Amino acid sequence: MLHTVNKSPFDTHDLHNCARFVDAGDVLLLLEDGVYAAQAGTVQSHLVADMISRCAVYALQADLAARGISDLIPGVALADYDKFVDLVEQHKVQAWL
Amino acid sequence: MQVKNASILNLVAGNGNILRNQSGVVMKITILLLESPYNHQSADSAYHFIQAAIRKGHEITGVFLYNDGVINATALMDPPQDDRHIASRWSELGARGIDIVACIAAGKRRGIIDSVLVPNVRISGLGQLASMIRKSDRLVTFGD
Repeated sequence: MLHTVNKSPFDTHDLHNCARFVDAGDVLLLLEDGVYAAQAGTVQSHLVADMISRCAVYALQADLAARGISDLIPGVALADYDKFVDLVEQHKVQAWL
Repeated sequence: MQVKNASILNLVAGNGNILRNQSGVVMKITILLLESPYNHQSADSAYHFIQAAIRKGHEITGVFLYNDGVINATALMDPPQDDRHIASRWSELGARGIDIVACIAAGKRRGIIDSVLVPNVRISGLGQLASMIRKSDRLVTFGD
């Protein structure tokens, strides 16, 4: 399953909820304001840091750049839209809206 | 999901470039768009995702505009010239043969009716979404 989260963990509990349901082999893609969860050294960084041990975590590069986020939690991979499409090809999608 | 012979996977992208789907798998993808343009990023994210999917040789079964998403289809929008014209984006995808559908119930609530639609977008019922999903390998939802 590909989980997409587009909300900041500082605004909503979508990523917290997602984290409870992610299985081994799943993939998390952070996009739009969701990429704030990929930033290192914040009070919410533990969410993604914990998930990386269980599933692959990607953050959409264009959305990181638009928000000036460059200091990422170790293990977060960058994805462009082509990679987003590849992930959709490999997994069914659960959008945590 | 269809696995096709690589020789018939040469697809013409919008810019005229011939591309090949490297994985050899053509996915049928339905896009569900739930939010209005300009005050949410979802219309932009959906558009960029669709562009990449087409470029990689996948098939967009349809784009269903639901709830505030129907506002994406109004010809009445007139953004500044240096800004993207989001309704035109959908119209152009429609012209390339992608079925762009605005929900009739959501549209009637918001004044999105046939007379204000951009070309190549049509209005229909929620049953169309069910039909698109049934014909697709994937449903990708963009909203807020």
